[in-house]
Amino acid sequence: MAQKIAKSVWSFLDERFLLSQLIAFGKKKTVPEHRRSFWYFFGGICLFLTGIQVATGAMLLLYYTPHIGAAHESIQFIMSGVKFGWLIRSVHSWTANILVGLLFVHMFSTFFLKAYRKPRELTWVTGFLLLVLFMAFGFSGYLLPWNELSYFATRVGTDIAGSLPLVGKGLKTIILGGPEVSQATLSRFFWFHVALLPLAALTLIGIHIFLVQTLGMSKPIGERGTKEIPFFPDFLYKDALGWTLVLVLIGVLCVFLPWEVGTKADPLAPTPLGIKPEWYFTFMFSTLKIVPAHILSLEGEKLAILGFMAGGLLWMLVPFLDRRAGREKRSPLYTWIGLALAAYIVTMTVLTYAMPKL
Amino acid sequence: MKRRNFVDIFFGGSLLATIAAFLYPVVRYVLPSKSAGVVQNSVAAAKVDELPPNAAKVFKFGSAPAVLVNTAEGNLVALSAICTHLTCTVRYDGDTGTLFCPCHNGRFDLSGNVLSGPPPRPLETYAVEVSGPDIIVSRKS
Amino acid sequence: MNIRAIRLFAAAALFAPLLAFGQKNSCIECHNRLDDELKAPAASFAADVHAEYGLGCKDCHGGDPSKDDVDKAKDKSFKGSPKRSQIPLFCGGCHSNATAMRAYNPALRTDQLSQYGTSRHGQLLKSGDTKAAVCTDCHGVHGIQSARYPKSLTFPWNIPQTCGRCHADKGLMEGYRIPTDQFDDYKASVHAKALFEKKDLSAPVCNDCHGNHGAYPPSVTSVASVCRQCHPSTGDLFNKGAHKKAFDELGVGECEACHGNHKILAPSTTMIGTDDSAVCVQCHEKGSRGFEAAAELRRHLDGFETGFQAAEGLLARAKQKGVEVSDAEYKLLDVNTVLVTAKNLTHGLDTAEIAKAVADGEAALAGVRAAAEEALDEARFRRQGLAVTTVLLAVLAAALALKIRRMAHDRRKREGPGGSQP
Repeated sequence: MAQKIAKSVWSFLDERFLLSQLIAFGKKKTVPEHRRSFWYFFGGICLFLTGIQVATGAMLLLYYTPHIGAAHESIQFIMSGVKFGWLIRSVHSWTANILVGLLFVHMFSTFFLKAYRKPRELTWVTGFLLLVLFMAFGFSGYLLPWNELSYFATRVGTDIAGSLPLVGKGLKTIILGGPEVSQATLSRFFWFHVALLPLAALTLIGIHIFLVQTLGMSKPIGERGTKEIPFFPDFLYKDALGWTLVLVLIGVLCVFLPWEVGTKADPLAPTPLGIKPEWYFTFMFSTLKIVPAHILSLEGEKLAILGFMAGGLLWMLVPFLDRRAGREKRSPLYTWIGLALAAYIVTMTVLTYAMPKL
Repeated sequence: MKRRNFVDIFFGGSLLATIAAFLYPVVRYVLPSKSAGVVQNSVAAAKVDELPPNAAKVFKFGSAPAVLVNTAEGNLVALSAICTHLTCTVRYDGDTGTLFCPCHNGRFDLSGNVLSGPPPRPLETYAVEVSGPDIIVSRKS
Repeated sequence: MNIRAIRLFAAAALFAPLLAFGQKNSCIECHNRLDDELKAPAASFAADVHAEYGLGCKDCHGGDPSKDDVDKAKDKSFKGSPKRSQIPLFCGGCHSNATAMRAYNPALRTDQLSQYGTSRHGQLLKSGDTKAAVCTDCHGVHGIQSARYPKSLTFPWNIPQTCGRCHADKGLMEGYRIPTDQFDDYKASVHAKALFEKKDLSAPVCNDCHGNHGAYPPSVTSVASVCRQCHPSTGDLFNKGAHKKAFDELGVGECEACHGNHKILAPSTTMIGTDDSAVCVQCHEKGSRGFEAAAELRRHLDGFETGFQAAEGLLARAKQKGVEVSDAEYKLLDVNTVLVTAKNLTHGLDTAEIAKAVADGEAALAGVRAAAEEALDEARFRRQGLAVTTVLLAVLAAALALKIRRMAHDRRKREGPGGSQP
């Protein structure tokens, strides 16, 4: 009986959504399997975690108020008064950090596997832009609880943006919605976080996934094996296994290390000692701290910021610069560049915490 | 044949159980709870005729004590009742029209300013308005 | 314009900047070139509060600072440095002259010299003892700063050190028959903790109880008045109780009898009661009414305090397990207020009053205890929920793994070895 109902529901949807055609198309999709195909999972995990962020974010919207007189209090309420509020909020905060971490892993794994080479240049470009977007997600979201740490981290971060030559002051005013961190900033960051950035991210993710679906998975240069497994359902089940393990990790983190509420921001209080941004910004933060005040009569900090921007631009354009990879040839120069960058990021991040008195 | 079915049933069942385990907190989260509500930004401190002139009442504002004073001239003022010295609760002194902290003799005027004694900072003041039969005290924006 | 006028003008223009740096002061210039003791006055005077008011060396010491030659500079008006016994009069020359002081700081008091005369230091100095403290011992000599300036020797948190420089020096204080452990005692006190650790400038230092210029130890009967400056409610309660009359008749210094004078520690319930560490048994013998009352007071307070600490512990445990307990913590502050109030009430010796306060507190405490238990339940619930979910996910993971293996197996069977078509 149940089978008959299922069958009629299926044929109803099939006639209108052309589901069988979609399924036939889907069945053709395959994923290569070789020594390095383990790295393929990271893209899917990032998408899964993004889904978790959207879902938990939407739920937090139910109780959060983006007003300086109520933001901190609403987070307090979510953590103590709402059933499972502590869980939804802690999942959102922890997943944000895990997601950014895995985005870096995803980016570096595709870099070292040279997956950016022709014809997948735009996948790399959209991917890099997505990393920037997600770091902006992190930066804007961090202010929303309006606690001491977030207020001052935002102040320090936007001060750095404001120090850019020519555009700095204007940029800082646009970001803050005024000359300093205020209600205007909170409203603006809220808008960034729940409207502007999600729209931009959705667009870029759409393009990124479309490209991956159209072009298929890239194989490492020189990989001669031809073993392929179907995407539906084999690869997807393997994906799901990874997702299940990540869920366990998130659960453990949320129960044993719930995200703290913090003390409400007081703009008149002095900056707390040792203020620093979230960990994924610390490599840039520490670089700015150790750069000498002047390099050849130019201000060291400004030079470093311009350096980051130039570096980011070059990194984004790697697919167009790495000619050897484009010709399916081994390209050790770029491998070394990638290793150097990864080592630099890791070292500077660790340095921030190992030597806080820099 | 039997083993394959077992694997499928096992998979389907555990998937459904997991989904249910995830839906449960979501549903509880969305359903409104019995507790007061998001923020205690305003509270009905007293009824309109409750306080005669030159009298005061200590009430709970958020999770901290606050004091509502009906001055001798008939004005209503509300302030935080937490002394800024060592957090004792201040009380209204009708003889002088000031707020007095019994712990170390701190004294505040009805605008919260420190008049004498060890308190280092003024008391936070709140907005008061009468709404129907209630006196509503709320945080100033 | 003739050449002479131009020369004069040029000279004036060249030397005009010197005017900006003030008048010529040969005293400072010369003394700066000397060493150690003779250089010190010149070196430290720049930071002196008198320099801020435009006063200089000659205003206290006389002489002519416009002369470079030392004999010409030390002219007839030169007073040199005064003898120790003359210092109060030397400073008082200006500082007790209201008309003179009005020109510089009208709000500054001018009774320091007359107060000093009434002080123990002043009396000793008058009798010929030059070891007694004079103005410069506490205020410094040439780098004197306003008592409002944190680095000043007379700023509240520097005062114990300033007084202690002499009063804690056994060698110096020999022969005066007063103890030299006041500074050490004070440093161990709750007032010192408030001052040095919490930076509470309202905490009492030496001059708050002893006076500054008219410094004299308060008499036995006036100790309590001194304490009542900041502890009025305790004083009022004490006045109502039976101890006031008894202490006054016995000539015992009220607060000091139980709390000490310099080493005043944070009062605890162990001070009350009938065991050896309690102050009550200093006077009340076993079996006496006072003894019984002490035991009853202790009983009330102990029960309440233990309950308070237990609730505190429960909340801390729940907080450590990650549960949000700020509401309960605030209620606990209320209970703490009751505990402090109850302890204060002991000065009134009214056991009924204390019992009532404790009973009120118990009600509030019960609320906190309930909240803490709820929080611990929540922590337990979360861990149980995690366990259940983790088990479910582990089962799901196992199911997935089985499914994957089964599919790979089926695929291999269909394709045979070496094939790769789906």
